[in-house]
Amino acid sequence: MKKHQITGLIVFFLLLGWHVAAQVIQRFPRPDFESGYVTPETLQPGARAGFLELVDLLVLIAAISVTSWAVLKRRSRLLVFWISMFSLAYFGFYREGCVCSIGSIQNVTLAIFSGGYRIPLTVLAFFLIPLVFTLAFGRTFCAGVCPFGALQDLVSFKPLKLDYRINAALDIIPYLYLGLAVLYAATGTDFIICRYDPFVGIFRINATVGMFVFAGILLLSGIFIARPYCRFLCPYGVILNWISRFSWKHLTITPSVCVQCRLCEDSCPYEAIVKPGPWKNPESRRTMVRKFLSGVVLIPVFIFLGGWTGSLLHESLARVNGKVRLAEELLYPAKRLQSPETKELIAFKASGKPAQELYVEATEILNRFYTGGWILGGFIGLAIGAFLLGKLFSRHRTDYEPNRGACFSCARCIDYCPVQS
Amino acid sequence: MKPSEKHKPMNRRAFLRAGVQVSIALGIGGMGVLAVRRSGTEKLVWQLDPAKCTQCGRCATHCVKNPSAVKSVHVYAMCGYCNLCGGYFRPETKTLNTGAENQLCPTKAIKRTFIEDPFYEYTIDENLCIGCGKCVKGCGAFGNGSLQLQVRQNLCDNCNQCSIARNCPSEAWSRIPANTPYLLKGYGKEPS
Repeated sequence: MKKHQITGLIVFFLLLGWHVAAQVIQRFPRPDFESGYVTPETLQPGARAGFLELVDLLVLIAAISVTSWAVLKRRSRLLVFWISMFSLAYFGFYREGCVCSIGSIQNVTLAIFSGGYRIPLTVLAFFLIPLVFTLAFGRTFCAGVCPFGALQDLVSFKPLKLDYRINAALDIIPYLYLGLAVLYAATGTDFIICRYDPFVGIFRINATVGMFVFAGILLLSGIFIARPYCRFLCPYGVILNWISRFSWKHLTITPSVCVQCRLCEDSCPYEAIVKPGPWKNPESRRTMVRKFLSGVVLIPVFIFLGGWTGSLLHESLARVNGKVRLAEELLYPAKRLQSPETKELIAFKASGKPAQELYVEATEILNRFYTGGWILGGFIGLAIGAFLLGKLFSRHRTDYEPNRGACFSCARCIDYCPVQS
Repeated sequence: MKPSEKHKPMNRRAFLRAGVQVSIALGIGGMGVLAVRRSGTEKLVWQLDPAKCTQCGRCATHCVKNPSAVKSVHVYAMCGYCNLCGGYFRPETKTLNTGAENQLCPTKAIKRTFIEDPFYEYTIDENLCIGCGKCVKGCGAFGNGSLQLQVRQNLCDNCNQCSIARNCPSEAWSRIPANTPYLLKGYGKEPS
């Protein structure tokens, strides 16, 4: 090894050492106290203890189990009501609405689509357990455990019937909400279910004016339209609805045989009772086949049209993402001529990160939104198509039965049935 | 179920139902496995990285808690115990006394205690601190940066989506493992 190489190495290490030391050196070195002063410890209090989350989980399982038993075996509306009041107190006011099954959709999505996020087991369990119970017993989670449902059930004094066309139009909103929530969670943009959660502000008594008004509108309209959030917004309800249609057991209005007394006809505030229709002449094989084929053709068309619309909207959808917004602001400074620089822009400029890097990241996010736009639109198209197809076929029913998808298993109708087991 | 019903042949509708039920069950299980496999599980809490923080002031205004669960945390081991403290006094202050007009903190949350000439100890009263970060900015600009904004985990509700994190302009917020819930800069270093 040459001499100058050695000297070079020494210089290198000296520089390295100086560089490292320079980072540690403080502007004002810690003084040497003569009075025997002891430096206090910086306290770092921990988060809520882990076992308490286990308690939440056990309460969840216990509450769904008891509700299922109350609905299917005990057949008692009163018991279901009191369990829901307990859940309102525990999951709503004590746990302050977080974490909830509705919001957990986003955690699961983020865990599946984005690296670097680790899902807490409790959150995963909050997502999965109600699904399992719904597959077994119907939507008993909605009846007795969800604090949102409990709160809205409290105010449904005078439920009115909605026009079926309005009903059908509003039924699409949860699909859209679910699709958007998954899209924004998958792209790591935002948790919109939590952001626009109307009731958490009530549980915590800290709602912003906007959210308070939203919650107020929901609760006021809830007097006449029972459970408006559950029926026309809840994204978790979409999943539960479809699982509940295939549930192993489900609430029945009558304990044994329906006597067609019609007493239960108006008992359901959610219009989830299917009336026995007049017996139609069975359609000819020809019409059935034609209907089926039109479905086979129409649904892909709906999916494609929806997906295409979604892909057209992807830029608007992506604008919610902070990085995309920042890149746009940086690229087109003319757009904010009047308004001063945002804090985001100031912080970005201060960070010294090259703008190119941001543009690359934003483009990548935009591409994900393009794919996401197709999937979201396709999903909405499928939902609309499936709804229309469902209108084409009707299944004859002889008895009054709950609509398994829409029924929250609240057990109100049970009290109206005169048949005793 | 009566014994005669037990061996009733399954009709088409019941068979399809059972098939769909099994598929849903598999789907639920699969989703759980997928979520765990793709990401792993861990209890996480929200925290902000003082190295990235720009003290924009949103921690004070965007927390769902009032006052915010973000507090100015003093890492004593880093402090220079200066008389002229950049985190305590307003920049234009002339007389270094505890007069309210001289203090940077809008809520008088920083207490100044004389130790020995010329050193003072600075303590944050977390009941008064609103997490605005004014002192953190001052300390970082003129001092050692021993004052740092941190989420106090005992105060934090650990919302599913942190309202401050969503509004942070500096990408300083992230979910971190709950067993190491703080990201204090220079903490644990031996005082030189």
